[in-house]
Amino acid sequence: MASRRIPAKTAGTYVRRTIVLSYLFLLVVWPVGLIAQHTFGNGFGNLHTALADPAVTSALRLTVYVAVWAVAINTVFGVGVSLLLTRYDFPGRGILSALIDLPLSVSPVVVGLALLLAYGGTNGFFGPALNSIGFQVAFATPGIILATAFVSLPLVIRELVPVLTEIGTDQEQAARSLGAGPWQTFRRITLPSIRWALVYGVVLSLARSLGEFGAVKIVGGNIAQQSQTATLVVEQKYQDFEQGTAYATSFLLALIAVAALVVVTVLRPKEKPDGD
Amino acid sequence: MTTTTTLTAGAARRRRPRSATSLTRSSGLGLGIALTWFSLLVLIPLGLIVIQSTDGGWHTFHDTITSPQTASALRLTVLQSFYVTIANVVFGTLIAWVLVRDEFPGKRLLEVIIDIPFALPTIVAGLVLLSLYGPKSPIGLNVANTERSVFLALLFVTLPFVVRTVEPVLIELDPEVEEAAASLGASRFTIVRRILLPALAPAITAGAALAFARGISEYGSLVLLSGNLPNHTEVASVRILTYIENGDKAGAASVAVILLAVALAAIVLLQLLTRAVAKRG
Repeated sequence: MASRRIPAKTAGTYVRRTIVLSYLFLLVVWPVGLIAQHTFGNGFGNLHTALADPAVTSALRLTVYVAVWAVAINTVFGVGVSLLLTRYDFPGRGILSALIDLPLSVSPVVVGLALLLAYGGTNGFFGPALNSIGFQVAFATPGIILATAFVSLPLVIRELVPVLTEIGTDQEQAARSLGAGPWQTFRRITLPSIRWALVYGVVLSLARSLGEFGAVKIVGGNIAQQSQTATLVVEQKYQDFEQGTAYATSFLLALIAVAALVVVTVLRPKEKPDGD
Repeated sequence: MTTTTTLTAGAARRRRPRSATSLTRSSGLGLGIALTWFSLLVLIPLGLIVIQSTDGGWHTFHDTITSPQTASALRLTVLQSFYVTIANVVFGTLIAWVLVRDEFPGKRLLEVIIDIPFALPTIVAGLVLLSLYGPKSPIGLNVANTERSVFLALLFVTLPFVVRTVEPVLIELDPEVEEAAASLGASRFTIVRRILLPALAPAITAGAALAFARGISEYGSLVLLSGNLPNHTEVASVRILTYIENGDKAGAASVAVILLAVALAAIVLLQLLTRAVAKRG
């Protein structure tokens, strides 16, 4: 899109611009801005109250713990699957590629139900067997990690696959022919060229993982100070009329989400694979 | 963001990898591990929903989804998602157009704003909308606990889809083609109908399919906003949750299987469009 000419501005240009800006202001900017106003309406009081509340702090800790696990799993899985999809030919490749996107369009509630049917302690498909070896999944942290990993599963892959396809395999083959092993080739050749795409994928997965609500509510059981994540605390506090705390916790979550977006937006244009 | 390059990324992914090799022993092992994990996490649990929904036979499934409260929830969900999809087709295309063809200070900021609904936790999205369009609305506009609140919440969470699918296509579209058509005497209407719409239609459809699928499945942003009033503002996912809480797994699975079918249909449509676009390109 180098030096694309922008057509002359007409009255229509300004009409369209005004409509778009007003639409986004009313739908996104103003409402999101009110969160900050509600949080800091009386100074830092709400934030202090929230951070002094053990329900909130334990939820924040659990959320971070779960998110780190889910992102780590999805990063390893995502890099592996992306390499398989772009570097190897195997039967069912197309189907796998299509199914990978499924978690993005499945309702969080359906995700929760599905995991409960599989890992529920008493009548889940795998649950009783796992319970008998002392591993509780549903209504415990492993279940929350599974739910979070499920909903953010495709994000790393969606960032990596286009880049891996774009850079091709010439350099990797050259490295291999010069005697580099597969791991060395990956670390020295492939990884540096997909570095930024991987960063975006991880940042987006992290944002998604911190914000999951429906699936973790069902699989985790929403037990205060035990399986209640930050988003679930927001709901509970709001319904318990502790709205200041609800707004303060929301503000923290929104802050992380927006920060993640800014990081990705600022970093992205620097990425020019192969320098062309 | 993630929704940025749905069509193009899909096309890239679908393309047979250049100089792809068949599986070696170690990559075969990797594929085995990846497929096992994917099956344990996604495929088997989702499959169990399908099994569970037919557990009580066709009658249980039929009775569940035709019970007045569930039927009303499904109707509301489909109808509002449909309205929201239409709104997205219009506004999403318009936003993409302004992002690509217009130049003004602060446009980069707009790119971030478009993706906020995607990155914001859904429960926060609900709270956010409640503070402007709820009972304490500073502009006196209270839609909480009405059908319009469902529309509003879905409109918020689906904002990026059409924008992000149309934008890359519009970037590739050379304005000179339109100028040439205009210099040959084509009216504005003809240019839109004969040049812009055919080029943008697959992307708009893809974005619309994603938005519709997201609308159907939405839960978090509605919890605080819509009030979940039975037969009035209760959506399908809330219905599923009620079935789960009542211990009726078959009932929950019956509604879930419908949502799952819609999600699958959206993905199939997306794949078909991607293939069509790849063939044309």
